[in-house]
Amino acid sequence: MLDDGVLSEETLTGDEIRERVRAFLTAHDPRTMPRQDFLNARWDAGLAWVHYPPGYGGLGVPRALQAAADEEFARAGAPDNAPERNPIGLGMAAPTILAFGSGEQKSRWLRALWTGEEIWCQLFSEPGAGSDLAGLATRAVKDGDSWAVSGQKVWTSVAHHAKWGLLLARTDPGVPKHQGLSYFACDMTAPGVEVRPLRQLTGEAEFNEVFLTDARIPDADRIGQTGEGWRVAQTTLMNERVAIGGARALPRESGMISPAVTLWRSRPELRTPVLHDRLLRLWADAEVARLAGERLRQQLAAGEPGPEGSAAKLVFARLNQEISAFEVELAGADGLRYDDWAMKRPETSNLYGRGPGFRYLRARGNSIEGGTSEILRNIIAERVLGLPAEPRADKDVPWKDVPR
Amino acid sequence: MSADLRYSDTERALASALADLLAAQSGWKDVLARTEAGESYDAGLWRAVASGVGCAGLLIPEPLGGAGASYRELATAAEQFGAFVAPVPYLGSAAVATTALLSAAESTVNTPAGSGASADLLRRMAGGGTTAALAAEFAASAGSGFPGSLRLAALRPGDESAGVARLRGTVRSAADALPADVLLVPADGVPQGLYLVDGTAPGVHRVPVSSLDMTRQLCDITLDDAPGRLIVSGEAAARAVEDALAAGAAILAAEQLGLAQRCLDMTVGYVKERRQFARPVGSFQAIKHRLADLWVSVTQARAVSRYAAACLASGDEDTPVAVALAKAYCSEVATHAAEECVQLHGGIGFTWEHPAHLYLKRAKAASVAFGTAGAHRSALASLASIAPP
Repeated sequence: MLDDGVLSEETLTGDEIRERVRAFLTAHDPRTMPRQDFLNARWDAGLAWVHYPPGYGGLGVPRALQAAADEEFARAGAPDNAPERNPIGLGMAAPTILAFGSGEQKSRWLRALWTGEEIWCQLFSEPGAGSDLAGLATRAVKDGDSWAVSGQKVWTSVAHHAKWGLLLARTDPGVPKHQGLSYFACDMTAPGVEVRPLRQLTGEAEFNEVFLTDARIPDADRIGQTGEGWRVAQTTLMNERVAIGGARALPRESGMISPAVTLWRSRPELRTPVLHDRLLRLWADAEVARLAGERLRQQLAAGEPGPEGSAAKLVFARLNQEISAFEVELAGADGLRYDDWAMKRPETSNLYGRGPGFRYLRARGNSIEGGTSEILRNIIAERVLGLPAEPRADKDVPWKDVPR
Repeated sequence: MSADLRYSDTERALASALADLLAAQSGWKDVLARTEAGESYDAGLWRAVASGVGCAGLLIPEPLGGAGASYRELATAAEQFGAFVAPVPYLGSAAVATTALLSAAESTVNTPAGSGASADLLRRMAGGGTTAALAAEFAASAGSGFPGSLRLAALRPGDESAGVARLRGTVRSAADALPADVLLVPADGVPQGLYLVDGTAPGVHRVPVSSLDMTRQLCDITLDDAPGRLIVSGEAAARAVEDALAAGAAILAAEQLGLAQRCLDMTVGYVKERRQFARPVGSFQAIKHRLADLWVSVTQARAVSRYAAACLASGDEDTPVAVALAKAYCSEVATHAAEECVQLHGGIGFTWEHPAHLYLKRAKAASVAFGTAGAHRSALASLASIAPP
């Protein structure tokens, strides 16, 4: 997201990007340089995320050219920034900081974010504010040059590894809910910030609860204006849905359909006519969804973003659920077993790993996390189709006066 | 994947010109009135879309007087024909019959005379002045084998020297054959082949049937020793029929997409206006969520329809998968869209005076035409190596 419109070297081609990478690699030998130094140098050279502005790890060229840079680095066997370890940082924090952060904040945060030195998490949802996120109750009270923050956040993945959290908190309870929010970067290692694992129905804990008890956040770590938090959060959420709905080009039979169709092919004795009919439908639906994702990517690459992106996550959630449910039934007796209920803390979130039972259970979360399917339908109905909003009881009412 | 799933500027311009023309000359009241008149096809509209936008000859090469365009452009046009449930024989003539003739003309084993006849017919079809139709059931789908209901009959004196074959048999429920000047007849016998039969020849009987889709008139064709000329025989003839039915399915899928989009648009427009309980009914979540889901289905249908058209246009080896996917998916989206259109309009949607029924009838009939969704998913079993029990 290039809000400042910096497109300094718009004329660079993929070959020129590759040439720059090769020149960089000549000067910085990945086999001899320490990993962190190498990544820092790559960022300084503008070859980290080439579509970011110069000075912030990029060259201000179209996003489509990133693939050329990544390929050249991979060919040379250079270390990457382990993007799977910092999904929220790269997918959501970075575009938000780029769009709303001050120059000082961008300089301070983006490099360590991209290299993976500092992991980011997201402190949005609360026990009392899920779909109605703007009704959240975590309070931030100004105290000199800093804010005193108290409240409880939930569904915070990677909080136990994170240095920073994207925090949405209420700074003014005396105005309607959307207007009283502000957005901060919260130091997760600061006193008053406590992270506890939140065990989910799969048995493990990908997520955390975060308890904030009079935690101190310097005003310099506020992102955007006081009271502007909702607008900033929209950028984060939009990028979250893009990330969940799938932004990469995928081959046929990727994702949840892969283990299901593999099981079908390898175990002929499990096949029945009814299951065959279901699998053909699911296979077709999965392939159509993949084509829709491909079409969306082509539109984005051509600079013609359409509203189709909001369809992707809905379809992704429904298909993951239907396919994994099918797979448990296809597995029959094996579908009655579950690999492990032990409480664990997985390093990364893998929706398709482990067994059919895990896939089935984990997929239930796909229509809840990152905006429930019901909220997404409201968004499509109101923003894409232009249908009128439901009457709201909390509109134009100061947050503190809303019954709860 | 190399297939471009977007619309080109040319395609956008074509769609826009055709939409303007259809809006001006084929409003739904005209379409409805025509279903109750004697003339079920709109010859004037066909002339207008043929001469004004070049829709009749999109697939026909430029040397034969056509536009030299591809299935991509034809699919784009089909979306508009679906959006207006236009009573013109574009599907039977400009898609199915044209594909059969192009396939026959390309074939290396066609007869020299047949090649000339195909080219000559294509030249006459390019401007829309002549239309042709495949003499096959509208429900026939690619992959179900060479149609067997029409056969060669005994020759009459003088036929052999005149190069004429005699054809006999009946085909039920053929689309776009009633107004066709020429029938392309797949006939069993020796040689098994594809024959050209003049619509006015003796022994050609066409009887209109009361059709579920009132805007696409079907007819039963009976050939009673009708004279025909062989254009291609054997495997090449079977391939011409297969190609034609596959193209028909893909172009019909695009038509279904256009129909679904129009049903969605009409319904969204209506629920914004219609008030009950002192609110627009479109402000109720029960309505909004159904329309959001429908919009999602239409975005998916668009991607797969575009993919099928792109595969056909480039002769991609994935074409059979793409066509089966598109027809299976778009059939269900279009019927669902038309059913939602009726339901969410409430009482007015159930009346004869509202256009929803025109869309419902076309959507349901189209979901059977060129193979049902189930038939196309069954085809995927072998195409995608998902073996049955």
